[in-house]
Amino acid sequence: MKATSKTVDGVEVIKLDGKITIGSGDQQLREIITTALNQGKNKILLEMSGVTTIDSSGIGELVGSYTTVTNRGGKLKLLHLPAKLNELLHVTQLITVFEVYENEQEAVKSF
Amino acid sequence: MGHSDRLATLKVAPVECRRFKRMERDGERIEITISSRFENIELVQVIAEHLCENAGLDEDGSHWIGMAVREAVANAIKHGNKLDVRKKVNATFQLHDSELQIHISDEGEGFDPDAIGDPLNPQNLMKTSGRGIFYMKTFMDRVQYQFQPGGGTSLVMTKNLAKGSGLASSKI
Repeated sequence: MKATSKTVDGVEVIKLDGKITIGSGDQQLREIITTALNQGKNKILLEMSGVTTIDSSGIGELVGSYTTVTNRGGKLKLLHLPAKLNELLHVTQLITVFEVYENEQEAVKSF
Repeated sequence: MGHSDRLATLKVAPVECRRFKRMERDGERIEITISSRFENIELVQVIAEHLCENAGLDEDGSHWIGMAVREAVANAIKHGNKLDVRKKVNATFQLHDSELQIHISDEGEGFDPDAIGDPLNPQNLMKTSGRGIFYMKTFMDRVQYQFQPGGGTSLVMTKNLAKGSGLASSKI
């Protein structure tokens, strides 16, 4: 998995590309979130359009990231969910947990 | 570690349309054995997806069955063989009429599937693990574990490909 980030109006927008799966992307995601938090960036918007595969470990890591950021007084939201990830979040009922946006400006304003 | 540890053994290898058509006729099996490394999971997933696509299932349906296989193999590697690369995971695929049967086995000590909480239970919703079997049950028609007396866990999953999409949302 590859991650690129930019700061927009105080919000860390992190674009994830590739797989978030057991043994690789899941650990990377944890490190990316930890690094951002350690830099004092706790408004995090994950741009998901480039995520090609996410398994249950990847979903678990998303949940863990949400909890970690929330516990540090921040917010983690999702942008541009691919259709299959959207279905998975519905199936697992996690869609009720995450705030999901289709427009970056709107997402950034929401923090 | 030896080079052979890194390799998956394809006992019946080329996954191609003609072979699969023959498999449809006589129930021939496709079988793959991998060492317990996460990077081998995708090999098995890709075989599952190709088989489904060659059988006429749409891309989404094939994807969801591939995901069920991914979860099953990941569990076998992590929870069954506990990442011991000397231990193998075996996967077989067999099509009878339109029913695809997938058999995943490991060399681990087994576990109690009933001890895993329902991930949809509000108490479990924010847990970071425990969704693998739920995925399999969601994407497949039937999921059944068998535990061998001498050790080793076998998982049998079936899916009627004639039903179309692998996402059995109606079960939720």
